[in-house]
Amino acid sequence: MPRQLEIDPKDLEKKFYALSRKLHPDLFARKSAQEQADALDASAVLNDGYRVLRDPIARALYVLKQEGLDIGEQGSKDVPPELLEEVFELNMALEDESATDEVLAARVRFEGMRDEIDAAMQTQFAEWDRTHERSALDAIRGQLNRRKYIANLIARTDKAHVSD
Amino acid sequence: MFQIEFDNQDTVVGIDLGTTNSLVAWMNLTKPEIIPGEDASRIVPSVVSLRPDGEVIVGNAARAELIDHPERSVYSVKRLMGRGIEDVQEELKLFPFQIAEGSESVIRLVLGEKTLTPPEVSALILRQLKKNAEAALGTPVTRAVITVPAYFNDAQRQATRDAGRIAGLEVLRLVNEPTAAALAYGLDKRKEGLIAVYDLGGGTFDISILKLHEGIFEVLATNGDTHLGGDDIDNLLLRIALEDVRSEWGTDLSHNGSAVQTLRAAVIRAKEELSFATTAKIEFAWQEKTYQREITRELFENLIRDIVDRTLGPCRDCLRDANVQPEDIDEVVMVGGSTRIPLVRSAVEVLFRARPHTELNPDEVVALGAAVQAGILAGKVENQLLLDVTPLSLGIEIYGGVVSKIIHRNSTIPASAGETFTTGVDGQTNVLIHVVQGERELAKDNRSLARFDLKGIAPMPAGMARVEVRFLIDANGILNVTARDARTGQEQSVDVKPSYGLTDEQVEAMIEASIDHAEEDFEAAQMAGARVDADTILVAVAKAQKSEAWTELSGGEKAGIISAIEKVRAARDGSDRQILQTAVEHLNEITRGLAEQMMNSAVSAALKGTKI
Repeated sequence: MPRQLEIDPKDLEKKFYALSRKLHPDLFARKSAQEQADALDASAVLNDGYRVLRDPIARALYVLKQEGLDIGEQGSKDVPPELLEEVFELNMALEDESATDEVLAARVRFEGMRDEIDAAMQTQFAEWDRTHERSALDAIRGQLNRRKYIANLIARTDKAHVSD
Repeated sequence: MFQIEFDNQDTVVGIDLGTTNSLVAWMNLTKPEIIPGEDASRIVPSVVSLRPDGEVIVGNAARAELIDHPERSVYSVKRLMGRGIEDVQEELKLFPFQIAEGSESVIRLVLGEKTLTPPEVSALILRQLKKNAEAALGTPVTRAVITVPAYFNDAQRQATRDAGRIAGLEVLRLVNEPTAAALAYGLDKRKEGLIAVYDLGGGTFDISILKLHEGIFEVLATNGDTHLGGDDIDNLLLRIALEDVRSEWGTDLSHNGSAVQTLRAAVIRAKEELSFATTAKIEFAWQEKTYQREITRELFENLIRDIVDRTLGPCRDCLRDANVQPEDIDEVVMVGGSTRIPLVRSAVEVLFRARPHTELNPDEVVALGAAVQAGILAGKVENQLLLDVTPLSLGIEIYGGVVSKIIHRNSTIPASAGETFTTGVDGQTNVLIHVVQGERELAKDNRSLARFDLKGIAPMPAGMARVEVRFLIDANGILNVTARDARTGQEQSVDVKPSYGLTDEQVEAMIEASIDHAEEDFEAAQMAGARVDADTILVAVAKAQKSEAWTELSGGEKAGIISAIEKVRAARDGSDRQILQTAVEHLNEITRGLAEQMMNSAVSAALKGTKI
């Protein structure tokens, strides 16, 4: 497959199913031990690959890594400046047990931000596929860091929801 | 001329090894069929009883024993599979399991004179199913597909596979129960669609969401609770009934095994009736006293509402993980006896906004699906393929007891992940990796799976070694670990210490013990025979020692005989028949002269008319 960020999920799924019908261990149950081991190996690689490619975020992280722009753990700890106030308010709401409405409202806002990022990344994906320019990848990298931070905030609201 | 080949050697059976009931099925030409037992019953209750003479009874007959000899019988053993003693404290309060000493990593159950691990008890059930299948099909059955709850962890899966091996079955595949049920429904007839399988059995609850596409059954997500099922409802009713009896009769029967089992059977009858009738009676007679209580469906529903509600959380989580809305679900399949309860059905209908499928018998559907999967593996069923997922995330313990997830839950299996490990100290030659399963952040809050010891690392400065480890979850949902040295490319040995369950050596020993059983019995009989021979000669020699002939022997001869006697005595108390027989032969040999002498004295004494 060409290295690209925009992928048609239907097309990807079709390829995945077709390869599964060739490689899955079930089809080798009556074959030699070596063939069974090979099928196990091959289908694990197929499934691992599909898992990365089907998820736009995992896919983008993979391409970044391939291009030497691994984001690692960096960026998930520092609060993006524009979110400082939001994070402060969320912390207050999380400490206050009666503030479940505020936590839920914050969650809705964060989800909105995440969806905005996802939409913006679509454009950037197309941009990189067209130009393969480093600046496009840098922009995607920034978005991913911000998205990771927001995803963590959403997870925190989840936990608050569970504990009440 | 055509030769029709009946490929019976290839028969792979499908087995549903359930908490309450077990079934075996096979693929008969084009459709799966349940194989009934000798008593014509399609269901084999998962109850095992051991008679004092050593005979093992399984199924309906054992269920009767449960009341007469509760201390020799066991049921719901699936709840103990792959668990350690600290996991089952709740179970021990509610079930009459008798646990032996030394049950930390593998539970040992006391059954009459024997102590058996849960895989061994399960193996006895599997052996019965194997026998039923062999009798019905008229061919040896050595290969099987066995189903497990989708939410079973690695240790529980391994324990199930061990049970198969101990029963003399090659387990070709472990299939998740809800997935098997989807196969049985043949829902592939609709080319595309989303299916939810709701499986509430005797002891476990599973929910799986599948996507169908031209014969491919792709599981999108699964969730569940391995500690939730019809047993919980029974225990609830049982507690109430015991309490009633205590206040009415002034007797606490809760520690009387037979009484509890009789009452348990009574509440189960009432529970089952309430699926069809709006009222039912719990009727219990014990030592000329009777207890009766009417239960309305309304009361019953109020009692069990909490239990039913506990299934809904995992359903919502599963929908979220599959990234689908309830209204996207096209069909809902109901599996497990507890889905006959009207409240369960209505709760599912409300959640998924779809009327659930109940055409197939919910007790049989999993076994039928296992037979379909067996057919797929045997090449009898074409164009159908299961793509299942791992129910729990796999992680390794890193610095500070934190878990680094390497394979996330709901990943399609087979799935793999690679990690590179290094040494922390100069000259270190091994690295210990602690693998856990679960979703929590700290290793101690997750399920410890195993400790892998990477050995034989060439000594070098800290941080220089590079060991690449591949974690691979196979199509059974079981973890395999391989390692190689990144510098030399050489395979590295990995020592596995499972946190729970049996080691390979223990399983091998159990397989051996079960195969050798007949031989062992024969050996025991021969040993008993050799002991009788030893006793006979010891008595004869003791008598000879008091005779005149004895006094005529030399000191050396006497010492030789005395030493031979001691050898026979020692061997008689031992367990080696060979040694005993050799010792007896030797004593026989060495006392031959003495015996002849005695004989002569006896003859001459007889001639003299005197008694010796």
